[in-house]
Amino acid sequence: MAGNNMTSTEYIQHHLQNLTYGLHPENGWSMAHSAADAKAMGFWAIHVDTMLWSIGLGMLFLWLFRSVAKRVSTGVPTGLQNFVEMMIEFVDGSVRETFHGKSRLIAPLSLTIFCWIFLMNIMDLVPVDFLPLLAQKIGGWFGADPAHVYFKVVPTTDINATLGMSLSVFALILFYSIRSKGLSGFIAELTLHPFNTPNIFAQILLIPVNFLLEVVTLLAKPVSLALRLFGNLYAGELIFILIAMVGLWQLPLHFPWAVFHILIITLQAFIFMMLTIVYLSMATEEQH
Amino acid sequence: MNLNLTLIGQAIAFAVFVWFCMKYVWPPVMQALQERQKKIADGLDAASRATRDLELAQEKAEETLRESKEQAQQILEQANKRSNQIVEEARETARAEGERIIAGARSEIDQEINRAKEELRAQVSLLAVAGAERILESSIDEAKHRELVDKLAAEL
Repeated sequence: MAGNNMTSTEYIQHHLQNLTYGLHPENGWSMAHSAADAKAMGFWAIHVDTMLWSIGLGMLFLWLFRSVAKRVSTGVPTGLQNFVEMMIEFVDGSVRETFHGKSRLIAPLSLTIFCWIFLMNIMDLVPVDFLPLLAQKIGGWFGADPAHVYFKVVPTTDINATLGMSLSVFALILFYSIRSKGLSGFIAELTLHPFNTPNIFAQILLIPVNFLLEVVTLLAKPVSLALRLFGNLYAGELIFILIAMVGLWQLPLHFPWAVFHILIITLQAFIFMMLTIVYLSMATEEQH
Repeated sequence: MNLNLTLIGQAIAFAVFVWFCMKYVWPPVMQALQERQKKIADGLDAASRATRDLELAQEKAEETLRESKEQAQQILEQANKRSNQIVEEARETARAEGERIIAGARSEIDQEINRAKEELRAQVSLLAVAGAERILESSIDEAKHRELVDKLAAEL
């Protein structure tokens, strides 16, 4: 436990608070010293820890794959190349199975989603106090009050990270829909289904109903995508924090949960990737 | 869990990562994979072609072997026939030659006989005359009796 002078609630809250830098109404651009400070900043704030870890892990992924791509050989693959090729073939296979259109974007997009989310998720397996304590020490050297240095290690337990990705996917869904069906086709898809009648007056009456249903369907995609990943990882993280509080018993508890969590980590990354592919293939194909 | 600028930051980071992946990671690896696939396919192709070639070559070799055996048999037969012929010819020649030699010898013998008879005739007449001359000595008219004896000798 970090600091024996904390209550359990404080400990949990401390762990669930991001390191926030933003425009405080009173202090101007500054680090948030508490959850209340962070709230007061509203939209004009940035989670430094989330950005740091996600970009760092994304660059790790790209560096790893790029280093292989640079010296890729067509002969017998060895070591890391094996792994990279396996990943790429796995993603390529998934995309080919589901997405029947032609696109140079979908497959690399899926690979990035899978690997990036996997790496961000796997930070969950680092013991919950380890990196935050380190951050507090470093913050202490820079003159910050260690108690106010918040640090969340797993970027996917930040709704901003997951929603940022799912909204990008949503933008792609809109782009692909309009590109393959045209703007009028896309609007027709939103308004003329699922209720359709040859009677023109009845149809006009049905348009708002259709529109409501279809827009909900459409908006549910990015929201569910983001919330599913966020919810799973947030809950997992919370349980790790709770386990960390039970004292000596945490060791036998921690291990099975971590083993089980490996499944969730991989599965959630895979689900996010698969659903992205499915949504995009639905966007390119005629649905009705 | 308040929504803030992180959202946009994440979206931008995501877009940049995807762009980088699409530009610098995916194509070279994919190309390498496809090239390897092609290489393997070519290799398998070549292997099956080689097997077929081998079969053809074996067939051809067998064919050639069979043909050459047949040829050898033929040549052997011809040679046998030819040798028989030669032997036959030689035998024929030898017989003809022998007959010729025999005929020559025979005619020579005849000539010898004739000549001996001729000589003998000449001698006999002389001997007979000489004998008769000695026996009869006086009473013989040489010219008259010689004619007689010659006539006798001619009858021999």
